[in-house]
Amino acid sequence: MQPMPPSQPEIGILPVREASIVEAGKGAGIACDKHSAAGSVSQRACVFCGSRVVLYPIADALHLVHGPIGCAAYTWDIRGALSSGPQIHRNSFSTDLQEMDVIYGGEKKLYHALTELIDLYKPNAAFVYSTCIVGIIGDDVAAICKRVAAEKGIPVLPVNSEGFRGTKKDGYRAACEAVYKLVGTAPTEGIPPHSINILGDFNLAGETWIIRDYYQRIGVNVVSCITGDARVEDIRRAHGAKLNLVQCSGSMMHLAKVMERDYGIPVKRVSYFGIEDMSAALYETAKFFADDPTIMERAQALVRDEVALIWPQLRAYRAKLQGKKAAIYVGGAFKAFSLVRALKMLGMETAVVGSQTGGAEDYKQLQEMCDPGTIIVDDSNPLELAKFCLQKDVDLFIGGVKERPIAYKMGIGFCDHNHERKEPLAGFIGMLHFAREVYSSVMSPVWQFAPRRAAKLKGAQP
Amino acid sequence: MLNGTTAEIKERSALRINPAKTCQPIGAMYASLGIHGCMPHSHGSQGCCAYHRSTLTRHFKDPVIATTSSFTEGSSVFGGSANLNQALENIFTIYKPEIVAVHTTCLSEVIGDDIPTIVKKAAEEGKVPAGCRVIHANTPSFVGSHITGFANMTKAMVNYLSEKTGETKDQINVIPGFVDPSDMREMKRLAGELNVNIVLFPDTSDVLDTPQTGIYEMYPKGGATVEQIASAGDSIATLALGTFASHPAAIALEDKCSVPTALLELPIGVTATDEYIDALRNYAAVEVPASIVQERGRLLDVISDMGQYLFGKRVAVFGDPDHVIALTRFLVELDMKPVYVITGSSGNHFETRVGEILKEQVPDAKIKQNADLFELHQWIKQQGVDLLIGNTHGKYIARAEGNIPFVRFGFPILDRMSHRVFPTVGYQGALRLVDKIIDAFFDKKDREAPEEQVELIQ
Repeated sequence: MQPMPPSQPEIGILPVREASIVEAGKGAGIACDKHSAAGSVSQRACVFCGSRVVLYPIADALHLVHGPIGCAAYTWDIRGALSSGPQIHRNSFSTDLQEMDVIYGGEKKLYHALTELIDLYKPNAAFVYSTCIVGIIGDDVAAICKRVAAEKGIPVLPVNSEGFRGTKKDGYRAACEAVYKLVGTAPTEGIPPHSINILGDFNLAGETWIIRDYYQRIGVNVVSCITGDARVEDIRRAHGAKLNLVQCSGSMMHLAKVMERDYGIPVKRVSYFGIEDMSAALYETAKFFADDPTIMERAQALVRDEVALIWPQLRAYRAKLQGKKAAIYVGGAFKAFSLVRALKMLGMETAVVGSQTGGAEDYKQLQEMCDPGTIIVDDSNPLELAKFCLQKDVDLFIGGVKERPIAYKMGIGFCDHNHERKEPLAGFIGMLHFAREVYSSVMSPVWQFAPRRAAKLKGAQP
Repeated sequence: MLNGTTAEIKERSALRINPAKTCQPIGAMYASLGIHGCMPHSHGSQGCCAYHRSTLTRHFKDPVIATTSSFTEGSSVFGGSANLNQALENIFTIYKPEIVAVHTTCLSEVIGDDIPTIVKKAAEEGKVPAGCRVIHANTPSFVGSHITGFANMTKAMVNYLSEKTGETKDQINVIPGFVDPSDMREMKRLAGELNVNIVLFPDTSDVLDTPQTGIYEMYPKGGATVEQIASAGDSIATLALGTFASHPAAIALEDKCSVPTALLELPIGVTATDEYIDALRNYAAVEVPASIVQERGRLLDVISDMGQYLFGKRVAVFGDPDHVIALTRFLVELDMKPVYVITGSSGNHFETRVGEILKEQVPDAKIKQNADLFELHQWIKQQGVDLLIGNTHGKYIARAEGNIPFVRFGFPILDRMSHRVFPTVGYQGALRLVDKIIDAFFDKKDREAPEEQVELIQ
């Protein structure tokens, strides 16, 4: 029995949203970098969220959320940012502000919470996140942090992350500013000349470990990873590196820029996703350390060996996935570039691509790299995304937690390229994982039963 | 991850570690989703809305919609009135809900936005289409917990929507509490077996457990309709399931429309389900059909079959107050010993009621409201338990203490799927709980016991 497919009700677009949707191959620029329209079902989060996700992976630091319980509860152990050692960051610490604290101020509570926590866990640093309400009741968080730092002898860093003070991007910036207070506070003796910092990789499913291993294999020393599997002591010495390699530029470019300004450390923007981008990152680094040509030789050998290892399997997946269509909706636009390229390598076409926080330049580049007719969108919502997916009849959706069930309801495969990825997608081996995940979801036998798909399959039969 | 937890307990004056609660607005959002054709609206910063949607999505694995006022620095200074006004216009223009349910956040509460006034102005400006409704609940995050938020929004449904026409309808209201769609479905099924018409509100079945159809529906077919909630004022009676999540709405309905109320507990376990069935039977003047008697009998049969494995087992329970109270009662029926019983929410009724339930069997049980998982873990370190029951966050405690048999129960469950489809309420739900408890015991034994002690027959 095949049930009749229900028809999708018509979906409109908010008039204020029209300027944030364009097509590749058409001249119009996109409206982005704006606050979301009030009343839209935005997929975006807030300043606090931006700060919290960036700093979260620093595993030997305390992360205390100053505010009512929710902000700490919703960010409790939600990111698969792995630590090879301490796991303190995976607990949820909150001042759990109550009505009386809102009236009389939460400073006293913050002071006690901080000192109790530090006594209990003996961390190497502490971050204190301000939530919306702290910005309104006017607690002097910086003063408390200073006092506790002096008493306990560890850095205690305020993060100015009140939710309403901008967008998630502003939260990234606040995180960079907090982390920057650690940089330059420990000696750099003993750091070898060919040394880098890995910025903007968060060790989801262990990705930083893969990248770090590649660099070490080509003869480049990694001083610190900010913030994947990070340790406070490494960050304090980060200024001893000769080069900052920035992935996820939306989150970490600010830190790289201030380090360039104050320590003269040059910056390169890289991506570790997909064969092309991963190879480019290694070659760029090798070129930078041209004084030692063996680094380039080793990089070339590494790329050759790693690609040879995955290529036969990739080709097999590609044969099956050729011509399938994908929709991408991710946090930062730079990740979208890598995804478009990686999908191309799998023979797939990107029909819809969008991000929560892309800038004008990013979208221009997306327009250039995508096939004509590709829909490009900033700060989208479930209705729009559903509309575009059906319009383009995509086979795959790449997104985060809120998009997954929408894709499945429509009978579309899904790949989480956000916090909830279960296998590392970075590096050469990551490309193979990605291909396997895409293959398993796009080709899943369950879709043949999905009414909309079933009707299509039936129609295709002679 | 929990290496820092020590058995030695030091008084904490200001610190919450690993909470057993979250904030009011998510409860209000969940309740709102139980109205058909409703757009929940979060009046605050964008992050609140995103976090609630993500958390609900992780628990239900279904799309969760809600809009936000997207507060900015300006709104925090000048108030969020303009944002809400604009939001209402946008929501009704493009998403076309039948009703918008606005809840506040800590930010808008502290700023002091007066929601009814803002909504009234928007309505006067023609931004609320004819026939559409806007309701609201105040849900400051620094008061109560997500259960309070659920209760407040459910009460708002009554205050805004329920009417008494004077003509009593042949129906009974059921206010289910912050339970899963599978539970709400089971409450309806049981009423159906008894042949009693019920108005269940809020009702998230067929909203957050929707089938795969190949399309995305913003407003799935489920949810209590505005008309049904309005008609609740004409019902024969109201059954309110759970002191914390449901009683306030039922009391409000009694005050407003004089609908008699049975203040019950969640129908988890034998007696509590009996009470639910009994209340339906009494108010509707129906007979309990053989099918229900048989269901109950099958539950009792399983309990007696497994009784030897349940007797005297020490259990730690944590979660939301109504759930924990009801479960504690069931555990006592199972001859188990709930020795540690906590909730993250505040409310003296919790300690009083659990104390009463445990008075005979476990007089020395530790019972605490406004507690957290760190403290519960410390108690377990001091003296161990045979079974831990609570939401997903408990799994780290279970691991840290040598793989205590662990049964997932409550909210949120982020790492299993069966709560979406199988209830824990009713006789069927009780069967499922016994099944899970027994599996947890036997799986551990089969994996870890020395070979000579692994038994084929249990």
